[in-house]
Amino acid sequence: MALKQTPSQTVGPYFAYGLTPTQYGYDLPSIAGPELATEETDGQPIRIVGQVFDGQGQPIGDAMIEIWQADAQGRYAHPADSRNPNATFRGFGRCGTGTDPRNRFVFETVKPGPTGDGSAPHTTVIVFMRGMLTHAYTRLYFSDEAEANAADPVLASVPEDRRDTLIAKREDTAAGVVYRFDIHMQGDRETVFFEV
Amino acid sequence: MSTAPRDWTAHPPYLYAGYKSTTLRGPTKPLIPLKQSLSEMTGPVFGQDCLGPLDHDLTRNGRKNGEPLGERIVVTGRVLDEAGRPVRNTLVEVWQANAAGRYVHKVDQHDAPLDPNFFGGGRCVTDEEGNYRFHSIKPGAYPWGNHHNAWRPNHIHFSLFGPTIATRLVTQMYFPGDPLLPLDPIFLGTPEGARERLISNFAIDVTEPGFALGYVFDIVLRGPAATPMEA
Ligand SMILES: [Fe+2]
Repeated sequence: MALKQTPSQTVGPYFAYGLTPTQYGYDLPSIAGPELATEETDGQPIRIVGQVFDGQGQPIGDAMIEIWQADAQGRYAHPADSRNPNATFRGFGRCGTGTDPRNRFVFETVKPGPTGDGSAPHTTVIVFMRGMLTHAYTRLYFSDEAEANAADPVLASVPEDRRDTLIAKREDTAAGVVYRFDIHMQGDRETVFFEV
Repeated sequence: MSTAPRDWTAHPPYLYAGYKSTTLRGPTKPLIPLKQSLSEMTGPVFGQDCLGPLDHDLTRNGRKNGEPLGERIVVTGRVLDEAGRPVRNTLVEVWQANAAGRYVHKVDQHDAPLDPNFFGGGRCVTDEEGNYRFHSIKPGAYPWGNHHNAWRPNHIHFSLFGPTIATRLVTQMYFPGDPLLPLDPIFLGTPEGARERLISNFAIDVTEPGFALGYVFDIVLRGPAATPMEA
């Protein structure tokens, strides 16, 4: 390679007015927020909820979570995916953990479809925070896709006793379908992070 | 097309004792290799349509009743991949402290004045050659709680996407000759030989006569993988 990568640096504690301004009440429209889907979006509406825990089990209030997913038919809104995705669904969300009283991130989206390459339905999750000099990638799978999950090559590459950290648990609530996905930065239940 | 791996001789490790918050927040287990699939060969596309008319001009986008205080600067550069190709039409987001070293962020309690005419956040999209350009105010240094008498060097936070989620980068740009750099654990947590890439260059030819000092900061994102994906 001709050039060397620019090093990553931490997002720091003060990203909110630059990266998630609408969510935090600053006077700048966000380029992306926690709501990926509207009532018109094709697919099953779901909510993804979770907390980010530090090595002492404390919820982290200054993390930023980004998600990237296919639409309900498994198509990505990107030129590398030629399958004409749902034009109104970008598939990208961003949520800081500082506006919820329990420091949760909450995404309103639709359940992604299988992308057709043998992988189970999943969402890419990127974790940023003060105290991380470089971001971390993980994947969210769905607990009600047991059969597809069992055949997923990425899950299969993860030690069996850690796979559970990647499975969001479905809860059927009065408000709709919720998938719970907690992220543990350290400890016995440390979330699996990937070298993407 | 798959993306070259993260170069860990460039990026800081997750755990770096000098930067104390990493101790309880950085993952401790090795990353698990993931063969890139369509999920990693795609990413969100943001174009000009997501920009407001003053998003690229931090000297104007926060004005309430006058001009912001401080030294006006132009920050410009190219976004390239490792192969030296321009990264076109990609979103660049920035945020920074004001000239006094104070952030607009509600959590920032540093005893330095807010500037009613400075917001500190902005963004732009690179052009066909990968160029970006912002006008701003030189950010001040600010103290932080990492250790006794800890001060962050002057810096501007940057966030970039590049073509896929694999090329995502959040970084900070520093200024040449800053005496705080050799004392800053965030800068020092970056591998030696790579951290210098985070320091912008002063450029008289970018400096706008009678108006603003020019700094150049080129950014290199992960490039194409050396070997093509198997079919
Ligand atoms: Fe900062």
